[in-house]
Amino acid sequence: MGLLTFKGGIHPDDGKKLSKDKPIVEAKPGKELVYPLSQHIGAPANPIVEIGARVLRGEKIAEAGGFVSAPIYSSVSGTVKAIAPHFTSTGAKVNSIIIENDEQYEEAKWREVIPLEQMKKEEILNCIAEAGIVGMGGAGFPTRVKLSPKEPEKIEYIIANCAECEPYITADYRRMLETPEKLVGGMKVVLQLFENAKGIFGIEDNKPDCIEKLKELTKDEPRMEVKVLQTKYPQGAERQLIYATTKRAINSSMLPADAGCIVDNVETLIAIYEAVISGKPLYERVVTVSGDAVKEPGNFLAPCGMSQMELIEMAGGFEGVPEKVISGGPMMGFAMFSTEVPVTKTSSAILGFSKDEVKKHEPSACINCGRCVDACPSRIVPSRLADFAERHDEESFLKWEGLECVECGSCSYVCPAKRHLKQAIGSMRKIALANKKK
Amino acid sequence: MNETFNISSSPHIRAKVTTGNIMFLVLIALMPTTLFGIYNFGVQALGIVFLTVASAVATEYLFERFMGKKITIADGSAAVTGLLLALNLPPTAPWWMCVLGAVFAILVVKQLFGGLGQNFMNPALAARCFLLISFTGRMTTFVYDGVSGATPLAQLKTGESVNTMDMLIGNIAGTIGETSVIAIMIGAMFLLFMGVIDLRIPGTYLITFIVMIVLFSGKGFDLNYLTAQLCGGGLMLGAWFMATDYVTAPITKNGQILYGVCLGVLTGLFRLLGRSAEGVSYAIIISNLLVPLIERVTRPRPFGKGGER
Repeated sequence: MGLLTFKGGIHPDDGKKLSKDKPIVEAKPGKELVYPLSQHIGAPANPIVEIGARVLRGEKIAEAGGFVSAPIYSSVSGTVKAIAPHFTSTGAKVNSIIIENDEQYEEAKWREVIPLEQMKKEEILNCIAEAGIVGMGGAGFPTRVKLSPKEPEKIEYIIANCAECEPYITADYRRMLETPEKLVGGMKVVLQLFENAKGIFGIEDNKPDCIEKLKELTKDEPRMEVKVLQTKYPQGAERQLIYATTKRAINSSMLPADAGCIVDNVETLIAIYEAVISGKPLYERVVTVSGDAVKEPGNFLAPCGMSQMELIEMAGGFEGVPEKVISGGPMMGFAMFSTEVPVTKTSSAILGFSKDEVKKHEPSACINCGRCVDACPSRIVPSRLADFAERHDEESFLKWEGLECVECGSCSYVCPAKRHLKQAIGSMRKIALANKKK
Repeated sequence: MNETFNISSSPHIRAKVTTGNIMFLVLIALMPTTLFGIYNFGVQALGIVFLTVASAVATEYLFERFMGKKITIADGSAAVTGLLLALNLPPTAPWWMCVLGAVFAILVVKQLFGGLGQNFMNPALAARCFLLISFTGRMTTFVYDGVSGATPLAQLKTGESVNTMDMLIGNIAGTIGETSVIAIMIGAMFLLFMGVIDLRIPGTYLITFIVMIVLFSGKGFDLNYLTAQLCGGGLMLGAWFMATDYVTAPITKNGQILYGVCLGVLTGLFRLLGRSAEGVSYAIIISNLLVPLIERVTRPRPFGKGGER
């Protein structure tokens, strides 16, 4: 063994073979692009373009609505058609800027590139903030805020989350295989901000080719190290990744910075590289389109704002009518009722499944088998917590540490009674957290 | 696109294991000892097994039908309860005892408390103890090879010598499913291999029991006596198939260890100090009652709050 890992977790069928050998293809968007003003955690961005105005590719169309927020850039050149609510992949209606693509792809000049060594820390941070970079693994937390801990000198590890533990998704894998130098370059930028920190690439052992490339690229980098992790879900969950790579454990009331760590995923570090080194703001990302209902699964460099339906068409379209379409991974992604939603900064994958595994089984009585306890990476007792949640027994829920749940879904996955454990615990958590704030 | 897709909360994939196939695996694992029992005790044993399982399943069906509840006999749990009860009956049990025991197990112990997952006592063992108290004579008369006599465990208690090899193979008097240690172990190995059970409960149970015997039997480390104690009575069937019953065992990992210790201590006490040679059934149902307490004191520490290892 000897592989780094955490206790608990599951081994679902990873489905990555469908798309892992498909090189990243640039996706051409259609006539209309939709830019939700809220693609991140925090205040929505404020539009700075008028209806009817012409915008260029890489031009800012909305500015950050506060410190915890992020600006938004157009990924095409064209005309602003409307600013109106539009559905997003989470099922919410979000105010969005709608741009008609003129298919000229005329680029705007964003900023002068200054060599990294000559940049001050504040300049690097501002550049990252200005580029609109947020956590692109799915959470969408503004990266600039993450990179501004109270005591930056106490940060000892910058951890690149290269685990990609969600089944089916191969976007990070392709990124690491095709442009590992950009990932390492992004890490270099972040290390520039924290002189006491070491860079760690935490990567699962099911990607030996990427491990080799990263090891080769970092062999002369004294401040960087590649750490090989056991392939297991949720190896890429922030707390589990920190523990696996540094043996430091944090709970729900702590931030990674409290353990001297900052975690960024592959796509985010590459966006940092593009912004600081190549002078390009964030307006595109790699999206995996896969699942058994997709004719030609693949990986696409998709402009933000592009319709997910068009992206699915690029992957050959659906084989028949899928029962379920997911934005993100099958463990933590969102089921979508329609694909007429845009690709955003946090869209890592679009998955189409011909059969809905959740619908197939009716939940039945808990037989107390303890599989959820074995699987839980937070070391809590999911079946009990779900009981408390169903009874609205908030006191017991808190006593049995329900707030420590990271909603990874491992408990629901393993449950032989097919109970919706994560759903019950997740709902109760929201209520309990809201009551706590009162 | 006009069609809309299914919506549900994540995760969107599920493991293949279901309650039904866990129960099915348990039934398979019980086959070696069931078949051995039938071979050992003859066609009468086959009749008992069949009647008890059928009564258990029928009781569950009729109760759920009558109460307008969802019929759950397909999950196999009633069949497992019926089979375990049958394996705990003497081969001479009359037909009405089989039916009465099965009805008690399913109706009183399981369904009246809310059905699958809600019973706080192992239904098969509770029914066995119910029969043992109500019909002590019939439940403790063991006939082997046409001769009525004491079980090896009872002989051991009165100081007679026993043949441990016969006890391993199962050529002894006893209940239908408890006599052959080898057949029970084949089933137990299968369950361990399939990941249905782990060593936590049976392991700590047996180790604690051994410690109890060595310390308090007055025989010290007498290998022959110890083997006879381990192979005799319902210990092996109880440790591998009844103590590991999910519903009535603690869900916390440390709780399972404490539960195993509890079982070992109680079984040791009952066997060494009790009037009867047996003690496993009572040890298990009494420990079942302690489960809520055990779980409360063994609540795990979450990750990041000291629960890493």
